[in-house]
Amino acid sequence: MEDNQEIVADNSKPRTVSVDLQADPSLQVEISDAVSERDKVKFTVHTKTNLTHFKRSEFSVVRQHEEFIWLHDAYTENEDYAGIIIPSTPPKPDFEASREKLQKLGEGDGSMTREEFAKMKQELEAEYLAIFKKTVAMHEVFLQRLAAHPVLRKDHNFYVFLEYDQDLSVRGKNRKEILGGFLKNIVKSADEVLITGLSGTKEVDEFFEHERTFLVEYHNRVKDACMKVDKMTRSHKNVAEDYIPIASALNALGTQETSHLNKNLLKLGELLEKLRKLEGRVASDEDLKLSDLLRYYTRDSQAAKDLLYRRLRSLADYENANKALDKARMKNKDVKLMETQQQICCQKFEKLSDSAKQELINFRARRVAAFRKNMIELTELELKHAKASMLLVRNGLIALKGDQ
Amino acid sequence: TRYTESPFTQKMAAEREPPPLGDGDHTDFRELDDAEDLFASTVSTLESSPSSPEPASLPAEDISTKPNGPKAAQILLDDDQEDLFAEATEEVSLDSPERDAILSSDSTPAITPVTPTTLVTPRMEPKSLSASDLFDISKDEIEEELNGDTFDISVSVSDPEKVGDGMNAYLAYRVTTKTSLAMFNSSEFSVKRRFSDFLGLHGKLASKYMHIGYIVPPAPEKSIVGMTKVKVSKEDPSSAEFVEKRRAALERYLQRTVKHPTLLQDPDLRQFLESSELPRAVSTQALSGAGILRMVNKAADAVNKMTIKMNESDAWFEEKQQQFENLDQQLRKLHASVEALVCHRKELSANTSAFAKSAAMLGNSEDHTALSRALSQLAEVEEKIDQLHQEQAYADFYLFSELLGDYIRLITAVKGVFDQRMKCWQKWQDAQATLLKKREAEAKLQYGGKPDKLQQAKEEIREWESKVQQGEREFEQISKTIRKEVGRFEKDRVKDFKAVIIKYLESLVHTQQQLIKYWEAFLPEAKAIA
Repeated sequence: MEDNQEIVADNSKPRTVSVDLQADPSLQVEISDAVSERDKVKFTVHTKTNLTHFKRSEFSVVRQHEEFIWLHDAYTENEDYAGIIIPSTPPKPDFEASREKLQKLGEGDGSMTREEFAKMKQELEAEYLAIFKKTVAMHEVFLQRLAAHPVLRKDHNFYVFLEYDQDLSVRGKNRKEILGGFLKNIVKSADEVLITGLSGTKEVDEFFEHERTFLVEYHNRVKDACMKVDKMTRSHKNVAEDYIPIASALNALGTQETSHLNKNLLKLGELLEKLRKLEGRVASDEDLKLSDLLRYYTRDSQAAKDLLYRRLRSLADYENANKALDKARMKNKDVKLMETQQQICCQKFEKLSDSAKQELINFRARRVAAFRKNMIELTELELKHAKASMLLVRNGLIALKGDQ
Repeated sequence: TRYTESPFTQKMAAEREPPPLGDGDHTDFRELDDAEDLFASTVSTLESSPSSPEPASLPAEDISTKPNGPKAAQILLDDDQEDLFAEATEEVSLDSPERDAILSSDSTPAITPVTPTTLVTPRMEPKSLSASDLFDISKDEIEEELNGDTFDISVSVSDPEKVGDGMNAYLAYRVTTKTSLAMFNSSEFSVKRRFSDFLGLHGKLASKYMHIGYIVPPAPEKSIVGMTKVKVSKEDPSSAEFVEKRRAALERYLQRTVKHPTLLQDPDLRQFLESSELPRAVSTQALSGAGILRMVNKAADAVNKMTIKMNESDAWFEEKQQQFENLDQQLRKLHASVEALVCHRKELSANTSAFAKSAAMLGNSEDHTALSRALSQLAEVEEKIDQLHQEQAYADFYLFSELLGDYIRLITAVKGVFDQRMKCWQKWQDAQATLLKKREAEAKLQYGGKPDKLQQAKEEIREWESKVQQGEREFEQISKTIRKEVGRFEKDRVKDFKAVIIKYLESLVHTQQQLIKYWEAFLPEAKAIA
């Protein structure tokens, strides 16, 4: 295993994507606070450092999502980082669905009892909180990966992002961003052509040939798996929520019941109420350990693909420079110039290739470590919940059978 | 002695126009159609079990050795048939055609005016110890024994078989009876029946017993859409599920019917269970379970609309009616919630299966060997968990949801029986009113000097006096029957629910146990990633 700063530490903070990014004390970044307002989230980015570049050793700034995007774009647009996998942008905070649900509940239909309403509200608020925590975590991991990377952490824009306590005024970029994004997509499809080997650019390096084939397929499959696990988790949540009105109806029945069936009805109602909490936890653990993991690696594998695009573009440039040199030599015109060009392209390409190779190896290690950690944690949690559920129902059964 | 008749009931039953065709879809009860759409074809077929989740075989009890046991009853029953015809009692009424259902071994529909000449009353005649009295005594004794809810009879419905082709096709089910009761010809026998036969049976039983206060278990609902699918399509998961649902419902229906001590002795029921050939039940479009109940209840509704003042002895009845009304509402609410659960759990199963496949694909493309292996194992675990979800959904539905549906329908029958009592009371009141009028008329004629008319008036008075007496007797009888029936119904209800609750909890325990097993097996695989 490579000696890698990003090896899993067992006492790490519970991060869904496993890597403990706080191992290096020289620059520690975290999101210490976050506030959700009507249509935006304000993150408080807190930095602790002993690097001399910064003015102070501990400081905080408030940042919004668009500023994270700005930072990311600053990296991707910088040629110096062409050979590095740039950590993907955290997803935009989206509370729309959750907010809608809460609103619908508030407008409510009269069919719910007060108890049921309170429980549903509790569930939805918990959901809202979970989404909130997740978006904080995603933004935090983004920054932490940057802080942990030996090259990326030295970027000037990064310092500005962390320290400059005024507004970065990047929001005006939005329209440009949209246009830029549009153009980017066109370029991206061209890159897809490159990377899927349709353009004819010859790949000579076995390592990269393998990585290309692997990443294209892997990315699609991890994307699909993420989608499917999201659906599964949502279904699971629905099942858990369904227990609420059932438990409530059983309680009503049990209360009205005059025979000694009332005990059984009340017991079943009580059990289902407790069971739904456990089912709900199973659903949210699946969400955290599987869903978030797969989502993260969907993005990270895309970032790795982007790296491969850049390398292939650089290779294409190199090949073109070669062709131009040959032409110049034939015509015996501008030979010196073309030679220089060709050398520059060659150096760029080789530097990029070396860096890319290392990055891809790290990517693999990161990925394996993250999957391992999450699959173990998921399994342990599933076991915990299943055991608790079984105990709960079994005890209920014993109580009921005993009363027969 | 079970089928007292009156012009009122008779006319109401016979002359009502049959409900429009295909009305099975718009009953008060939840329609099957919705349910089967939930069972989308993405989910693989549930395993069908031949017998219902209800406690099937009842402990054997050797009744036949008792001196006044069924054997005696059987003999008496046969004799009774003769007696009914031979004995013309005083109770003959000129305008009361009696249905003689006991002799309906031909293909007459259940509800038809037949005109034998005897009126058979449910009560013992004080005048003589007729065969019917003896029958009554021993019947009551049998009922006492049978009331211990350990009958030695169990019925199962199995092997649905498609007969015929296209739109004329139908499903034939095997109905198997196991019993040691001597009233049956053998101890184990089976026949083939189709759905309309069940409806026909219910129609006959309902028309014979409901109006005298017996709670007749309702038959399962018709489903035009469900059956069309089965007729038209080949083997597909949603029609297989529909068939299984129906089979289980038919079985529960028969189990409940044979559990009823009075119904068990009905010859139509016996014929249904035993005869290899059963006359085709006609007009079953009219005779859907809900159709019957509606017919019976509609008449009573009209009665209810009038202000009926009843006296204090009815406090029990009012109380019970209210209880059943509340129970009905609560059950409906619970039922709707459970149906939602079934639906979501099926979705969960489908989504789990889709994820499992996707995880397997991901494992295939993963180039780190140990991780690839672990992902494939995860896919297998999820595949197994999908199976668990399906089994749990099966339990959710067949144990929980169907029980609630059955009881919602049963309570409608209970409510119907209460309404019948009201009708009966009203009839009695009407007879009293008519008697009064006749007396007044006679008093007027006393001073009129028309001896012929006076004689007729006196005869009419005698006639209406006996009608009033009969009305009172019938009312007391139906009240007594209902009290007993409600007691029996409540006992059964408590027993059924308790059993289902336990079974359902056991299904939940099983699911969790399996989950533990699967995840414990997977943990070392996850840890082995290096």
